[in-house]
Amino acid sequence: MLSLTFPRQTLLHKIPAWSKLMALCLATSALFLINAPVLGTMVSVLVVSAYAVLGHDFFKRGIGLIWGLWPFIAILVIWHVVRNDYPHGIIIVTRLISAVGLANLVTMTTRLDDMIDCLVYVCRPIAIFGISPKSVGIAIALVIRFIPILIDRAQQLSLAYRARSGKPASWRIIFPLVFTVLDDAERVSIALRARGGVQE
Amino acid sequence: MERSLVLVALFAALIAALGLIPKIMLASGAPITAQSLGIMLCGTILGAKRGGAAALLFIGLTLAGLPLLAGGRGGFGLLASPTVGFIIGFPIAAFVTGFVMERLSRLGVMPAGIIASLIGGVVVLYIPGIIGMAAILGKTLSESFLLMTPFFPGDVIKAVLAGVITQAIYRGRPHMVLSRH
Repeated sequence: MLSLTFPRQTLLHKIPAWSKLMALCLATSALFLINAPVLGTMVSVLVVSAYAVLGHDFFKRGIGLIWGLWPFIAILVIWHVVRNDYPHGIIIVTRLISAVGLANLVTMTTRLDDMIDCLVYVCRPIAIFGISPKSVGIAIALVIRFIPILIDRAQQLSLAYRARSGKPASWRIIFPLVFTVLDDAERVSIALRARGGVQE
Repeated sequence: MERSLVLVALFAALIAALGLIPKIMLASGAPITAQSLGIMLCGTILGAKRGGAAALLFIGLTLAGLPLLAGGRGGFGLLASPTVGFIIGFPIAAFVTGFVMERLSRLGVMPAGIIASLIGGVVVLYIPGIIGMAAILGKTLSESFLLMTPFFPGDVIKAVLAGVITQAIYRGRPHMVLSRH
């Protein structure tokens, strides 16, 4: 669950995260210049075939990610069929598929820690607000550690709720969930301070 | 310093957890993802600056490739998808919710929390959300607004919940409600 990066190394994995992100920005901006349905379709076919080139398993995972767009595509198709405006509809749908497809390609072929390094780098200007950029790194590590704890706690609480009430857990468990994690936060911050703290 | 950092990280994780476990929040099959409730709570509990920072941290990690958005979505593709406005709107919404919460310090915690969540987590969140949808789907603003209306009742319920939860926390752990300091 924890990352969308594709586990098997592909050619694209070797390219540095920065160059991939820059290329993605340029390519996505270029997509918005396309105003012919034929060109739009060709580009989206090209993007989808890039997945196929990187292997059958890669293709399957990539298409699965793009498939998440289907509700929007369904709305667009219905809309443009009703309006009898096919060329415009084709441009928008193919642009959506190409843009999301390209971006997912970068996400799937870049390690999470490289991506987070980029994130911390982009955050460096926050130093002018008197916040240490290092604290961003600590905060990211804390979030990644907290998420499984929170999910685990929520599951325990909903089991406990079901065991006692016989009914499925409702939104009520959010109260004990928030209280227990707030108490955890207090202990974590004391521990952090005891280990030298975060530089101001 | 350490405590606000930990609280910011904790609330970023809470937004994520609320998106990953929607089943605890689903009321009568209404299309409710609890994620925007997390955004509202960031503002009502942590206040403007820290709440905004928590939401920013959440979207930063989501864009970096953690599948934290409701439905296990993540990665840069989100910036090209029709929901881009909501991604960008999350930190703004949390900030405004916190800002309104801080300004309403004369009101009780629950009414202040509900009003702040309605303004920040619904009105302010919908603005970039609708603009983003209009831009990506090639529709006018009013057409995109129409696409959003089914979510409105659920969001109002979440704003009320955010007020109730903030009130409960204020009673139990008053020092944790940073928006009231």
